[in-house]
Amino acid sequence: MVELEPIVGRYMTLQIGGRSCRIYFEEAGSGIPLLCLHTAGADGRQFRHLMLDPAITARYRVIAFDLPWHGKSLPWEGYEVEDYALTTDFYTAAIMGVANALELDRPVVMGCSMGGRIVLHLAHAHADDLRAVIGLEAADHQQPWYDTEWLNRPDVHGGEVCAAMISGLVAPQSPDRYRWETLWGYLSSGPGVFRGDLHFYRADSDFRDRVHLIDTTRCPVFLLTGEYDFSCTPADTLRTAKDIPGVEAEIMEDLGHFPMSENPEKFREYILPVLDRVARLK
Amino acid sequence: MAKRSTAGGPPASHAIEHLADIVNADQPLVHRGRFIDLQWLWQIGEVPYFISIQRGMILELVRGPVLMRSHVFAIRGAQESWERFWVPMPRPGFHDLFAMTKSGRASIDGNLQPLMANLRYFKEVLAAPRKLAEDGHHG
Repeated sequence: MVELEPIVGRYMTLQIGGRSCRIYFEEAGSGIPLLCLHTAGADGRQFRHLMLDPAITARYRVIAFDLPWHGKSLPWEGYEVEDYALTTDFYTAAIMGVANALELDRPVVMGCSMGGRIVLHLAHAHADDLRAVIGLEAADHQQPWYDTEWLNRPDVHGGEVCAAMISGLVAPQSPDRYRWETLWGYLSSGPGVFRGDLHFYRADSDFRDRVHLIDTTRCPVFLLTGEYDFSCTPADTLRTAKDIPGVEAEIMEDLGHFPMSENPEKFREYILPVLDRVARLK
Repeated sequence: MAKRSTAGGPPASHAIEHLADIVNADQPLVHRGRFIDLQWLWQIGEVPYFISIQRGMILELVRGPVLMRSHVFAIRGAQESWERFWVPMPRPGFHDLFAMTKSGRASIDGNLQPLMANLRYFKEVLAAPRKLAEDGHHG
């Protein structure tokens, strides 16, 4: 008989921002809840390697959910007449809604890219509900580097252009197998979804005025950014870190914007020590 | 031994000399570009190169300047930037077209629709000279 992976997927329907949303999530492991947030335009599969790593699952319950419109979470009813645009309020409600629905006791929330942006908000707004946050490729703000109109228009294939835009955010050292697995998330995403996520990222989440309010004694903050990430650059992360007393920030060599999916082996070198630290927190 | 510029990658003249051979021999790349039929401009330092693509193959590559020659879009950057870009394992900032445009090392202008509709193709053409840096390939 074939060996089954320990990852288990389930569905649940939650009310988020007044919408009925059927949410897909998957998980593996037991112990401290580690709620993982995928990048813009992708889905929770990005965290599959963490869920298959016994060094992590021995003491963490690793959970990743797909936001509505992403992966196996459907868009809400009536999506066909809407332009999807993610907001800070909806994103926060979705994350805390999942945490509450699964009765997670002070989870660690780890997000990448836009997920790394929102954890900076959560560290302030929900400090006492969370054990810690880990921001991968995270900053309070960053400079845009292209016009998102190109991501969803009838004369350019949406999946192809999304993947080709972000392909250079994967470090050249990352194995081809994982590079193309990472890009598949973008190649196969729904029309306008990546662009709609970038509404949050670019227009509704400039946190430069509030990261200094984060109290890391209540909610510790860890930031990890790949040296090849030119979207959220190492300089963006280090600038953000300067405004958060007590934050721990590290720049990761030979990694890009998708550390957990583009080069899982390399990412372990950086994330395992952070998870060790987090496991020792009270 | 592969030819190297002081920036690490192949010298621009060498890269351009072999560009058509590398691209046209790459069957998946040519197939990916099978709907492309246009002329674009690749400016490397002071030298503009007019590159005609037909059904994914480089049909003609003309060193400029050429008076009144038109092109659909242009991609421009300093020679040293491209020679750093062509290193097989480039340093951060020189590893992708958009890393270079964000930092101001490269720029794009003209009608971008054909570029964006075939973005993977053109990014792979830009990166094709990286293969020259590998020993024994068109060395």
